[in-house]
Amino acid sequence: MNPNVVELDNVSFAYNGAPVLADVNLRIRQGDFLAVLGPNGGGKTTLLKLMLGLLTPGRGAVRVFGEAPSRGRERVGYMPQLATAGREFPITALEVALMGRLGRSSWGWRYNRRETEGARQALERVGMADHAGRRMATLSGGQRQRVLIARALVTRPELLLLDEPTASVDAEGRSRLYDVLTELNRDVTIVVVSHDLSIVWNAVKSVACVNRSLFLHEGREITAEMVRMMYGGHPDADCPVELIAHGVPHRVLQPHRDEGHA
Amino acid sequence: MLELLHYDFMRNALLAGLLASLACGMIGSLVVVNRIGFLSGGIAHAAYGGIGLAFFLGWAVLPTTLGFALCVAAAMAWVTQGRRARADTVVGVLWAVGMAIGIILVDLSPGYQVDLLSYLFGSILAVPESDLWAMLGMNAVILGVILVFYKEFLAMSYDVEFARARGVPVRSLYYVLLGLIAVSVVMLMRVVGLILVIALLTIPPYLAERYVRSLAAMMLLAAAFSALFAVCGLWLSYAFNLTSGASIIAVGAAAFLAVSALEGLRPHRPEPN
Repeated sequence: MNPNVVELDNVSFAYNGAPVLADVNLRIRQGDFLAVLGPNGGGKTTLLKLMLGLLTPGRGAVRVFGEAPSRGRERVGYMPQLATAGREFPITALEVALMGRLGRSSWGWRYNRRETEGARQALERVGMADHAGRRMATLSGGQRQRVLIARALVTRPELLLLDEPTASVDAEGRSRLYDVLTELNRDVTIVVVSHDLSIVWNAVKSVACVNRSLFLHEGREITAEMVRMMYGGHPDADCPVELIAHGVPHRVLQPHRDEGHA
Repeated sequence: MLELLHYDFMRNALLAGLLASLACGMIGSLVVVNRIGFLSGGIAHAAYGGIGLAFFLGWAVLPTTLGFALCVAAAMAWVTQGRRARADTVVGVLWAVGMAIGIILVDLSPGYQVDLLSYLFGSILAVPESDLWAMLGMNAVILGVILVFYKEFLAMSYDVEFARARGVPVRSLYYVLLGLIAVSVVMLMRVVGLILVIALLTIPPYLAERYVRSLAAMMLLAAAFSALFAVCGLWLSYAFNLTSGASIIAVGAAAFLAVSALEGLRPHRPEPN
């Protein structure tokens, strides 16, 4: 059996002629927990959308569970970046989780009891079952994100694709989120797209950096090369504060070139 | 007030107001949560072109306007889908062009048209029974579509990216939604007029949103608010001899201001965790 959940071969993608990804090769093994890091506009979200089959590569091939992404979709759970609707949207955590059923839900305007039960179980897995009836607007940032993860879990996927799960989540919420993800990773392969580097020290097994091209690193350390890829490597570039503010500061960083800036 | 119901025209007016409120609640809520108020205003105003067309060709006003409004809605959907650049500008252009077409066609039509203003500002006191049946039919269509696609509309409104990833036909649903807005606009035309439609589509759902936990409840409460405004506005209009459509909107606006002021005065509570 193919141990690779996701395979990308020489994948290139351009939006209206502007190249976003170039010659990306990537293998994601079953059970992996991959963090995809990179600057905004570096192609992280595009990479996820290629895996979901929402975008088709200009060149190269994408396979999910050995098939075209659109066919593997049933086995993939997806959490897009923060919901587009305002926080005021009148909807409960349970209703959000139920949305994960869409596409193969029962006909009509309501979900049936079995579907509702499944959504409750998904909320249970992320520790949000007690908040099922709460309106999303009254939840904290971290709780909201956990509900969105539950929504992705409803169909019991084998691969979970998360886009910026720690956006607008405070430090405490983040560590709770990492715990949930680590627990889920026991039986689900996870890919997290983020520009929050603190995730690397907590949960992930491997790291990839995307800035048009992709650089895969087996293992959790961040190299100077990766930082250069993410932040451009300007000698004058601001010290990436978020990188060293959490976890063990400076553990894997080369000394600053210009000590006067530090 | 009850003795007013002895008059046929008053009974019809009340029924028209209540029927329109149902559409307001359902479609207005979708307009508010999808943040397409400007777009809806555009459809409402551009629909005047349909009235011009009806007068020019001597066709029945209601079906002609409905057809024209549906075409405008389709054009608006095509222009705005996928958040195209400058979509708002094009909506503004369609908004004005639709009205201009209507005005020119009326100019070219033979004879002097007295009741044109009634389409712009409503004529709820002159609703014939046949219109009530048409409104009932349009409500049934809106209700049917929303019942069938409720889950999909909810997902699309809340998180369009996710809905798309789950295989929801977001683009088609967007066309359907704007089509339903066109239907509501034609329905509300009789009640408050094309120019004031947008207030009745937005104020009741805006007020309802803060008291509910689901989109369905928002629709119901918005319909109730809208019915309340219609009844109060109608009474004011009768009591003080005011234009009925404007009176209905004025009641809604007063409620809007009152609730906003109360919100402003209330000390901010920390969100419970």
